Amino acid sequence: MTVESTTARTPRRSTRSKTGATGTKTAGAGSRAGTRKSSGTKKSADPELVQLLTPEGKRVKNAEYDKYVAGITAEELRGLYRDMVLTRRFDSEATSLQRQGELGLWASLLGQEAAQIGSGRALRDDDYVFPTYREHGVAWCRGVDPVNLLGMFRGVNNGGWDPNSNNFHLYTIVIGSQTLHATGYAMGVAKDGADSAVIAYFGDGASSQGDVNEAFTYSAVYNAPVVFFCQNNQWAISEPTEKQTRVPLYQRARGFGFPGVRVDGNDVLACLAVTRWALERARGGEGPTLVEAYTYRMGAHTTSDDPTRYRSEEERLAWEAKDPILRLRRHLETAHRTDETFFANVEAESEALGRRVREAVRAMPDPDGFAIFEHVYADGHALVDEERAQFAAYQASFADAEGV
Amino acid sequence: MAAEKMALAKAINESLRRALESDPKVLIMGEDVGKLGGVFRVTDGLYKDFGEERVIDTPLAESGIIGTAIGLALRGYRPVAEIQFDGFVFPAYDQIVTQLAKMHARALGKVKLPVVVRIPYGGGIGAVEHHSESPEALFAHVAGLKIVSPSNASDAYWMLQQAIQSDDPVIFFEPKRRYWDKGEVNTEAIPGPLHKARVVREGTDLTLVAYGPMVKLCQEVADAAAEEGKSLEVVDLRSVSPLDFDTIQASVEKTRRLVVVHEAPVFFGTGAEIAARITERCFYHLEAPVLRVGGYHAPYPPARLEETYLPDLDRVLDAVDRSLAY
Repeated sequence: MTVESTTARTPRRSTRSKTGATGTKTAGAGSRAGTRKSSGTKKSADPELVQLLTPEGKRVKNAEYDKYVAGITAEELRGLYRDMVLTRRFDSEATSLQRQGELGLWASLLGQEAAQIGSGRALRDDDYVFPTYREHGVAWCRGVDPVNLLGMFRGVNNGGWDPNSNNFHLYTIVIGSQTLHATGYAMGVAKDGADSAVIAYFGDGASSQGDVNEAFTYSAVYNAPVVFFCQNNQWAISEPTEKQTRVPLYQRARGFGFPGVRVDGNDVLACLAVTRWALERARGGEGPTLVEAYTYRMGAHTTSDDPTRYRSEEERLAWEAKDPILRLRRHLETAHRTDETFFANVEAESEALGRRVREAVRAMPDPDGFAIFEHVYADGHALVDEERAQFAAYQASFADAEGV
Repeated sequence: MAAEKMALAKAINESLRRALESDPKVLIMGEDVGKLGGVFRVTDGLYKDFGEERVIDTPLAESGIIGTAIGLALRGYRPVAEIQFDGFVFPAYDQIVTQLAKMHARALGKVKLPVVVRIPYGGGIGAVEHHSESPEALFAHVAGLKIVSPSNASDAYWMLQQAIQSDDPVIFFEPKRRYWDKGEVNTEAIPGPLHKARVVREGTDLTLVAYGPMVKLCQEVADAAAEEGKSLEVVDLRSVSPLDFDTIQASVEKTRRLVVVHEAPVFFGTGAEIAARITERCFYHLEAPVLRVGGYHAPYPPARLEETYLPDLDRVLDAVDRSLAY
């Protein structure tokens, strides 16, 4: 399609949210009864979520979203499985490296592999991703070397990869800021007349931020081709989602004038289908979409966090039963006759990845002290030059002393 | 049209027009900048001539203005974002400080953020609260930002051209009380560097340093002092970050006395930084401590009190006398 401008884009077809879509109801074990109680809403039905694979790995039909994964092959499904296993292995290696003192901090994505791989694999190369600091699986889909993600957690840089080489922006630590960058970028995409799309990741906690709400407003007003992909992992450090909202998050979209849908975030196939749908809307000039991937942060917020202080083991176990990787494995075994050799090969590959990451991190050198003064400005700054020179003189004074 | 007399606001308008004409990636964005032409009419006529794709009326959300400007810059655009008044920049302060200022460094130089943030600032127009503040020091403290403020129409025209061409984020503080002051603008003259101070009046007894709205006042002070037989040098700083200490140093080595004047509160202000650095650089040249004249450590007062709060001829002359008395 050609898009001359944001205003030339056709208006949205409908602002109706996708809540009425056929799908399986929220599984009881993970749903937060308190949300409904405190919300004061009437006895409305549980929010429905789009699910294509049950926790047992059974494919269920969905009239609305089946078509977005209709042609998917067993090979592609095995690819998604491989992505998830490798991502999880990388993630656990990073956690170990933090425990060994090689990293200062790590933000684990454990449990969110399906949400990230499903949405990440829905993207085209020319789409652009604005992540939080936990999108290790999306980075994997974009072809970013996992080792690059570890620099900031080791403390040798604050990001440092080239966002434009993989259309994967730097990790953003301030909560929600990147949703506005994604919106602005998408406004630019529309101005350029390109048919690519932009996806902004954020979490349930971020949904309370002013920036996220401003991003919803701007994207709606300018009909920007952006997908807001919210991984509702139930916890913003220690605060459950009911401390952020009285309504299911996906329903927020309606008030801004664009559709929102809740998808089973532990179902990689459903995440792939729903994200493809949302991206198609963006490309087609229908503007923003909010996807709420209903998932669970299986681990701590970061390696500095202790989740036993605020949540129960029962809750974690209930979600473990809905594990995204296990579910696809069951499906591959039963519906696609995938044999043990495949799984063993993926396992071996993941071990090799873990080893490579471990060795690369241990070999990662500390930056030179002068790096402090690099890239503060693109066109230079007299004060930075002066302070660099002072620093150099100070450093040199030690050398002189040693030379005596 | 090589040289023409025009108001400072009109010079900014002409500069924006030139930028829009010469670079299709330049965008104007902000509240009421479109059909209305801005609350000060600084963007008057640009919407009509360049359309809503280039001159963008934004929702009333300042963080959104800067956050989306960052995204547009990442996409290759050169947004010139307007914050309607100084006191309204704070919802965007987070985006400016944590994102706009740091993203180039975070990316180890692999992305550039050519965003200009235009902010009408300062008092003297009898406005209500939040419409008269001078928050430049709050931005100068942040590495990654460049801070400039023109004092006259010609600088307004050319410094804005240079700010838009800069690959770094620039906060462009416009002295709103001088919007209607006319000055000669030569649109073909080759401008000097953006971040270089300018000696606007030569003198031998004392140096006055100011920028933006206070330059005109300091020139008036120098006139008044001349009648008393005192020869004051006036330096128009033009850029607060980076700050051209060399020009101030050269002046102070000649006059041996320095008074810094700005509307912003003196406490932790631009004058404090100048005093510290010039004392360090010119310790043996100084005949008196560096003095500062500026706002008090109090909220900007209601309009009927602002003439008491703002530096004026007598307050600056008083500081000049105190310096010369050492």
